[in-house]
Amino acid sequence: MSAIARESTARRREHPPLSIRLAARGLDGITLLVVPAVVFVLLLFVYPFLYGLWLSFQPKEGGWLANYAKFFADPFLYETIGKTLWIAVPATLFNVAVSVPVAMRVRLMRRQRLLTTILILPITLGTVLVAEGMLNYLGPKGWMNQSLMFLGLIDRPIRLVHNYWGVFLSLVITGFPFTFLLTLSYITGIDPSLEQAAATLGANARQRFSQVVLPLLASGLAITFCLSFVQAFAVFPSAVLLGAPAGPTRVISIAAYEAAFEQYDYSLASAIAMVMALVQLVIVIAVLAGRALLYRGSASGAKG
Amino acid sequence: MTDASRNFRELRLDGVGRDFGGLSALRDVNLTIKRGEFIALLGPSGCGKTTALNSIAGLLPLTHGAIFLDDRRIDLLRPEERGFGMVFQNYALFPHMTVQRNVGFGLAMRGRPRAEIDRKVDEALALVRLQAHAAKLPGQLSGGQQQRVAIARAIVIEPPLVLMDEPLSNLDAKLRLEMRSEIRRIHGLLGSTTIYVTHDQDEALSLADRIVVMREGVVRQVGTPAELYSRPAHADVAEFMGFRNLLPTRIAGQNGAFAQLSVGRATIEGTPMQPNTAADAIVAIRPEDLVVRPDGPVAAAVETSEYRGRSFFGTARTPEGLELFFRSDRPVRTGEPVQLAADPTQVLVYAGEKVL
Repeated sequence: MSAIARESTARRREHPPLSIRLAARGLDGITLLVVPAVVFVLLLFVYPFLYGLWLSFQPKEGGWLANYAKFFADPFLYETIGKTLWIAVPATLFNVAVSVPVAMRVRLMRRQRLLTTILILPITLGTVLVAEGMLNYLGPKGWMNQSLMFLGLIDRPIRLVHNYWGVFLSLVITGFPFTFLLTLSYITGIDPSLEQAAATLGANARQRFSQVVLPLLASGLAITFCLSFVQAFAVFPSAVLLGAPAGPTRVISIAAYEAAFEQYDYSLASAIAMVMALVQLVIVIAVLAGRALLYRGSASGAKG
Repeated sequence: MTDASRNFRELRLDGVGRDFGGLSALRDVNLTIKRGEFIALLGPSGCGKTTALNSIAGLLPLTHGAIFLDDRRIDLLRPEERGFGMVFQNYALFPHMTVQRNVGFGLAMRGRPRAEIDRKVDEALALVRLQAHAAKLPGQLSGGQQQRVAIARAIVIEPPLVLMDEPLSNLDAKLRLEMRSEIRRIHGLLGSTTIYVTHDQDEALSLADRIVVMREGVVRQVGTPAELYSRPAHADVAEFMGFRNLLPTRIAGQNGAFAQLSVGRATIEGTPMQPNTAADAIVAIRPEDLVVRPDGPVAAAVETSEYRGRSFFGTARTPEGLELFFRSDRPVRTGEPVQLAADPTQVLVYAGEKVL
């Protein structure tokens, strides 16, 4: 080996090219593929969020916290938090609770795809179409009440729309498929031989579920709850169409809408949106903190 | 909980069959297993051995036949009512429970008192030499340790029957041998009746009191390891027991107890395994029994040869094109002509015209 070559080898060893040093830290050409996504997130999420945050501190009158002071001073505004939670939390819990037994059954079925398609339909239809359908079928003059009265089971129509239950049902119908698909994916991730092992060890169906399936599923259900809850918390169309938007279903997004498009107070609307985000964040953080206490490892019985 | 008695006399499979759709994975299995026996279900993958095990465990309902523990019919009981201990191929340890809770699970499901569970779990962990790991999660253990936890979990409930589904197939070669002696040691200590599914004839031969050879859902032969090793009843069983030379042959005559066989142009002597074998037959010889000898009757040319410590094993081809697996005590070269011979008692003749 010539002296020059030896020298250049030595120099290379001291200073590998920049591209190699960057690649060692996980930065190479492929990393550039995230650029469009980053731009997208910056433009559609980070910028509006920061702009809204700034705007919420620029009230029409008063000091920089005047919007927030106004929100928490006016029961017509601050009560929307409780009302929204009172709809979103039970509806989400209901969806998560019902999705578990359904998914337990469905994972054993052979025609899963057909069923999944049927379940996804409500998502693709959208809230407004579902609301319209519910108004037709469940309204005082709707098919259900007419049939029940015809059969003599009830004397006067059951009120299922334009109140709390209308919104609740709508959140169940549109939210359940999403919750179910998430739960199904978590349940199919549990190795079936674990339940078989539990059975051979003498555990009956109830014990197999409570001792083996549920502990392995719990952390997944926490995630499912968070994602479903965030969707339900933003409920707007069905609260207006199917609920009592001046009364028990005056949810927080209605308050934000009114501030923005009826009072033209964008600053107050931004403040309400920030409060909304904060409430969601508190709930999600609380659930995820609880999840940290659960078993979160692999759900397979095999050597990991 | 209807705990089956540990003091049963026998487990009887009576015409057991299992269909999947139109396909039968298991056909007309009749088998009686005595208390304390170690039975190996041996066969290639897809032969129905795991189906048989799952049927006994209650994880698969039967479509034909019945299973009896003494006089009690058990095939209609749910798995949790049978109380058999099962060791799964992938161990199926509960990943969210410590080793201690995994092993104690069966006792806890039986509602045993805390103190008894602790004592028995300690004993079982001592038996598999894992006391030091009681507080760990399965994910923190090596494959061999997980395997021992699975065994401890199955035997701690003192089941009438222990079922093992290829328990060593996920381990590397060295660990497999270690765990094999471990299983034999535990069986020797506890004397628990065991049904052991495997596709490895070495495992079956070394562990079992009796071996059940299965193929395509049917029991082909039941016997002690020695019987199966030296006297397979069918050519396909022979193939599974290491008779790699399975050649078409014609029975040319009789010489005392031995039959005169023409293999290619050569004539050798062999032992007929079935009465009244027709002239066209199959001859089965283990590679280690077909040896190079100057006076051997079969002429062939060496094709490959590999060193295996004490001797050389290789393949050779006869002038007629038959491929032979043979053993040699001296090195042989590729292309070298050799004469091969076999002891007539180790040359087995089966009915049938074509090699499988």
